[in-house]
Amino acid sequence: MTTIGFRLFGPALFGASLGVLELAASAAHAAEQITFVSQGGAYQQAQTVAILDPSAKKLGITINQDSIPDAWPAIKTQVGSGKPIWDVVDTPTGYCLRGGEQGLIEKLDFSKIPNAAAMPEAYRSPYSVSYEFYSSVLAYSQKTFPKDAPNSWADFWDVKKFPGRRALRNHPIATLEAALMADGIAADKLYPLDVDRAFKKLEEIKPHITVWWTSGAQSAQLLNDGEVDMEMAWNGRVSAVAKEGAKVAYTYNQGILQSTSLCILKGAPNLATAVKFINEAVDSVHQANLPLQIDYGPGNPKAFETGVIKPERAAQLPSEPANAAKQALMSYAWWSSPQGEAAEKRWAAFMQK
Amino acid sequence: MLALVSPALLVIGLLIVLPVGWLAWQSIYHDGFTLEHYRRILTEEIYWRSFALTFEISLFATVIALLLGYPVAYAANAAQKGWGIFILALVVLPFWTSVLVRAYAWLALLQRTGVINQFLRYLDVIDTPLALVHNTFGTVVATVHILLPFMVLPLYAAMQKIPRDLMQAGASLGANPAHAFFRIFLPLSLPGALAGSTMVFVLCLGFYITPELLGGGRTVMVSMLVSRNVELYNQFGAASAVAVVLLVSVLLIFFIASRFISLDRVLGQK
Repeated sequence: MTTIGFRLFGPALFGASLGVLELAASAAHAAEQITFVSQGGAYQQAQTVAILDPSAKKLGITINQDSIPDAWPAIKTQVGSGKPIWDVVDTPTGYCLRGGEQGLIEKLDFSKIPNAAAMPEAYRSPYSVSYEFYSSVLAYSQKTFPKDAPNSWADFWDVKKFPGRRALRNHPIATLEAALMADGIAADKLYPLDVDRAFKKLEEIKPHITVWWTSGAQSAQLLNDGEVDMEMAWNGRVSAVAKEGAKVAYTYNQGILQSTSLCILKGAPNLATAVKFINEAVDSVHQANLPLQIDYGPGNPKAFETGVIKPERAAQLPSEPANAAKQALMSYAWWSSPQGEAAEKRWAAFMQK
Repeated sequence: MLALVSPALLVIGLLIVLPVGWLAWQSIYHDGFTLEHYRRILTEEIYWRSFALTFEISLFATVIALLLGYPVAYAANAAQKGWGIFILALVVLPFWTSVLVRAYAWLALLQRTGVINQFLRYLDVIDTPLALVHNTFGTVVATVHILLPFMVLPLYAAMQKIPRDLMQAGASLGANPAHAFFRIFLPLSLPGALAGSTMVFVLCLGFYITPELLGGGRTVMVSMLVSRNVELYNQFGAASAVAVVLLVSVLLIFFIASRFISLDRVLGQK
């Protein structure tokens, strides 16, 4: 409890406790340590077992953990104050890129991260390494669609052939991609997004959307309670509801493959150890252990070659090569570009009209 | 005198004036002075829509809370002492339940497969479920429920101060109970109604979780614009500007209200 209290109030008391911090910093050199931040909940527990604890043991370092649902404002505030207390964050890849451009995130020296060398170019950026994959998929109620279930975004848009209530996420990311695929653009030809065309297609389905959801928990509840018959949702949320016994399913066909990445705060207190940790965290064996704990795919595709993940299990994961091939890979570079930011702003106006 | 109030002034300064001032400052200063955030609010239609919707919902919620809260406060005031306390306890009890939990509870009641729709279908009153939630209706229902205590308590306090002899005196002069209520009791309870309405209205202007969860994404109130501005513009200044405009409009309401009613009488319950 005291450490949590310190983390919360530490920055406020910073001036008063400068001496104490300095002491803590010098103690840190004796045994290397980093502060790692993720999103909490079942997900952070899973990665603690699969990745964090084994990495700490292997490297002989201490990994202090913190969690926050949305790290972005905290990253801005910490780096802006000139004295960040976090080292490594696990956050949606777009924030690492945007942060990199704004001078909030350290550029990575990939010569010190050999484990990332085998990863596809698209899974890396100068500021980040993919850590785990999830997917925005088309999910549906098996009660409403016992057979001939919707299998593509074109089906989602086809309200005559598939009558029923629908939900989409109240956010342009992945939603614009889905609209363009519904309009006939191939999954590998999406970027740069034709924003006008996407919004035009969304106008078509807008009257049929019952709920624009804002949180993952809400999307799961909508499907579980039968409030909607089909929706865009994150694969892990749908499979969790299915495990609880709800008659729901999803398809990876035309899913939008998304990732969180690891990146380091600019001026992180333990930079060298943080880089060492990142290399260890994307090691294929640690990565292969993650899907044994939770329904997310490894960020390093080499994990599928370790033999740790059984073929039946691999088939369920969003980043398994055959599943990945059916999907669109989200371009975070596009979303953090000026066009991407403009599309996000346009979304707010679209929702209110 | 000054020595006595200075600690209090210091606390107010540190906890209220300083942060609000800092917020307002950020909305006009970011690497130089800028009115960009305010320009956006004034010129873009979505902000106007949100402000209009927020005031509309707040007004609705206030009127409904008054209509529901008045009889409750009246009953608590008129009842025997033990029963009066019991009624007040029922009003205050939801205070100890988190707003988030109550929002989800309303979802369970109002949604398509929820208790109310199931019951109506069971009674054969409806064929297809009613759209009770994921819209403005659901938002107002939950908002009123959450804010009702803020209406009932000031009303009850005002009613407690009305001497019961007055009603008897009215009756002895020939007023029937309805007449006595409308000519004597109601006017004397108005300060409580005004206090409650002001509280409910102002609190409602800042509602966030309830419209977020029960509004279905279309009910975008001003507080939601605040968080969206942080996300979209990556600057606290953009969000601060929205907050400042909301604050100024609340102060404006208070100012206009003070022209017609004595605000310290309403809020101070003198």
